[in-house]
Amino acid sequence: MQMPEPDARVLTRKAEIVARLREVLPADAVIDDEAETRAYECDALTAYRCPPLCAVLPATTEEVSAVLTICHEEGVPVVPRGSGTSLAGGALPTADSVILGVARMNEVLETDYDNRFIRVQTGRTNLSVTGAVEEEDFFYAPDPSSQLACAIAGNIAMNSGGAHCLKYGVTTNNLLGVTMVLMDGTVIELGGAHLDPGGLDLLGLVCGSEGQLGVVTEATLRILRKPEGARPVLIAFNSNEVAGECVSDIIKAGVLPVAIEFMDRPCIVACEAFAKAGYPDCEALLIVEVEGSEAEIAEQLGLITQIARRHDPVELREAQDADEAGRIWLGRKSAFGAMGQINDYMCLDGTIPVSALPQVLRRIGELSREVGLEVANVFHAGDGNMHPLILFNANQPGELEKCEALGAEILKLCVEVGGCLTGEHGVGIEKRDLMTVQYAPADLEAQMAVKDVFDPGWLLNPAKVFPLAVSEARRAVAAE
Amino acid sequence: MRPETETELAEMIRDASGPLRVRGGGTRAVGRSAGELLETGAMSGIVLHEPGALTLVAKAGTPLAEIEAALESEGQRLAFEPMDHRGLLGTDGAPTIGGVAAANVSGPRRVQAGACRDFMLGVRFVDGAGRVVSNGGRVMKNVTGYDLVKLMAGSWGTLGVMTEISFKVLPKPAATATLVLGGLSPEEAVPVLSQALGSPFDVSGAAHLPEGPEGSPLTLVRIEGFAESVAYRGGRLSELFARHQPLVETDEARGATLWKAVRDVEAFHGRPGDVWRISCTPSEAPALAATLGADALVFDWGGGLIWALLPEGADARDRLGAGFRGHATAVRASGDVPTFQPEPAPVAALSAGLRARFDPKGLLNPGLMA
Repeated sequence: MQMPEPDARVLTRKAEIVARLREVLPADAVIDDEAETRAYECDALTAYRCPPLCAVLPATTEEVSAVLTICHEEGVPVVPRGSGTSLAGGALPTADSVILGVARMNEVLETDYDNRFIRVQTGRTNLSVTGAVEEEDFFYAPDPSSQLACAIAGNIAMNSGGAHCLKYGVTTNNLLGVTMVLMDGTVIELGGAHLDPGGLDLLGLVCGSEGQLGVVTEATLRILRKPEGARPVLIAFNSNEVAGECVSDIIKAGVLPVAIEFMDRPCIVACEAFAKAGYPDCEALLIVEVEGSEAEIAEQLGLITQIARRHDPVELREAQDADEAGRIWLGRKSAFGAMGQINDYMCLDGTIPVSALPQVLRRIGELSREVGLEVANVFHAGDGNMHPLILFNANQPGELEKCEALGAEILKLCVEVGGCLTGEHGVGIEKRDLMTVQYAPADLEAQMAVKDVFDPGWLLNPAKVFPLAVSEARRAVAAE
Repeated sequence: MRPETETELAEMIRDASGPLRVRGGGTRAVGRSAGELLETGAMSGIVLHEPGALTLVAKAGTPLAEIEAALESEGQRLAFEPMDHRGLLGTDGAPTIGGVAAANVSGPRRVQAGACRDFMLGVRFVDGAGRVVSNGGRVMKNVTGYDLVKLMAGSWGTLGVMTEISFKVLPKPAATATLVLGGLSPEEAVPVLSQALGSPFDVSGAAHLPEGPEGSPLTLVRIEGFAESVAYRGGRLSELFARHQPLVETDEARGATLWKAVRDVEAFHGRPGDVWRISCTPSEAPALAATLGADALVFDWGGGLIWALLPEGADARDRLGAGFRGHATAVRASGDVPTFQPEPAPVAALSAGLRARFDPKGLLNPGLMA
């Protein structure tokens, strides 16, 4: 994966730039020691690493503004960083960039149950937002797998989803407002405790813009009352096609489960070996979860099992108690850990129309055999958000490249059948060069025009999202 | 101008020498715009409806009624419950799906399910330079590149003319019930609505009509779902609000009539005056409403949406005061006020910058939004 050459003028001015940053931040909030900046050399896409010029850890919106003002004046690229859990390289630095980490900004600023919102600093982790309102039986709905670690800042940058977004939507559907600092240091407010914008929907535009339009320092998030209960059912099938049809029929029948998770045989086998959840021996497994009171759960599960039975399942296991529910989820929740145990893996998240599921799974199987790398599938089936995990051995020369090439083929397949490159992880650097598969030049031009408006100098996270060749002219002008 | 294809539309915009007034069905005549009429109605038809994937793709000029009928035949619907502006604005004609999207039109269910913008999965549009742009797609989760879909939703045709839109659609519930509480003041009603929305009972509508269909105040709380579940939640909510002696309306037609009255602000139909739409923090609604000195009011979204009928020429923004932290839109105004809430300078600069990029010649509904 190519990254732009660092700006030599910035590199030679490192001492002056660091000194200016020290004037506006506490001493321990500017990190320029070479050994220490290594902590910021990559995110969860660990195949690519580069220590930044320095890292800063501001604690307030004012400090973020002061940092950006200096970087703007000095022409230094800035890479915003939440908790560094991006699987797409969203927080990967370049040698001439300042990493702006929001880790010290993790306060709850306001909780309002009557109006059902919470306002937080964006360094706060996803799960600790729910943690702050749990006492009153409320929760924050988007639940990415990394929710224990990932920051709201990164969730907003990538418009993160999760297993339960079939019912509750993704970040953009739960974000009411932000305080954001533009690259020139200007602080703006978008949205608030009220619904929907009065003018253009800039909030909707900022969410998912991968830290390229501004640094979001505070967020107003919608919180919801917890349902009275939830229960999963496990349904096992002897073919992916039939499992796919069952998903479609459940949705068509008017049931809207909070989650429909799908695992294929390679994934089931790995999870079983790792977590011993007691999954049946089958080709495809669905975990369907519904919510409500006891009676409501029974009513919905009754309908779901009735539909499932028409598809002749190998096994149908309704959780009888919390313990059994836990075991049903255990395997699924440890899927990534299980994969990591047996191999290095690359996780894709292309999304497809649900109807294309059997066809895409078949084709992934063929591609996997052609290339000779195993692919395990675990995904949010209700909304077509796939997670093919390509297993490879990073220590074997050439395997990473082979894996990346297979990944690109799978993502192209997702676009071909009417889907997209990424459903919840973001483009970052990982899928940057595939953007031209999904978008025509005019489509990309329109997106880059937005960045021109928010960040005319192309200093914020400039080497991401757009293929380098496509953004080159803009970045070159900025470097002048 | 009435282009029949996207290509034709792009040519027309490229060749245009003066302002264009972009129109779908012409039922949402909000604000002023001048220029040659550009109608989207000839770009019409449902392109794809995949019930099992909960998606529908339609050309922008497709009549809303056609889409609703197609969804109905599969037991589905547009969950954001778009309002019909005709009664309020005294317009006729047939609303188009493009108009719904361009104005981000939502109804009472917005408070639970989301706004029109939350159900838009993808758009195709022609910008002010005649460039055809596609963004998003037809899958429910998509973070590939910037979300221009949200930008187009509610841009009132000022950044581009939409030609095709994909939507997430949802199943229609088997049953609906509405709790009806009589005789409450806004100060009493809004806390009731907050409590309902903050309950685990998945409330899909929370409104207060100071003048209900029979003249007396009505406070409404809606629940939807499978029959037994609705009965259960209706019972629990009735217990919760027992002090107000709620009635539970389970008749589908009568319930629908009540919610249509809220959605379309029927209390204002045929009455003189200016119509303002105010989005605010719900619990502030009663106090804000009191400062408005309105001739009539409707509260939706648990108080988060105030419809106010003001004397002609009155400026709701003046009355709300400088401390007001939401936004007010002059939906039907006689005075010379900006239609949309003026933005703080740095935000206005971003909006203006986007307009300059997407519509460099200032052709599309110029002056409508800024």
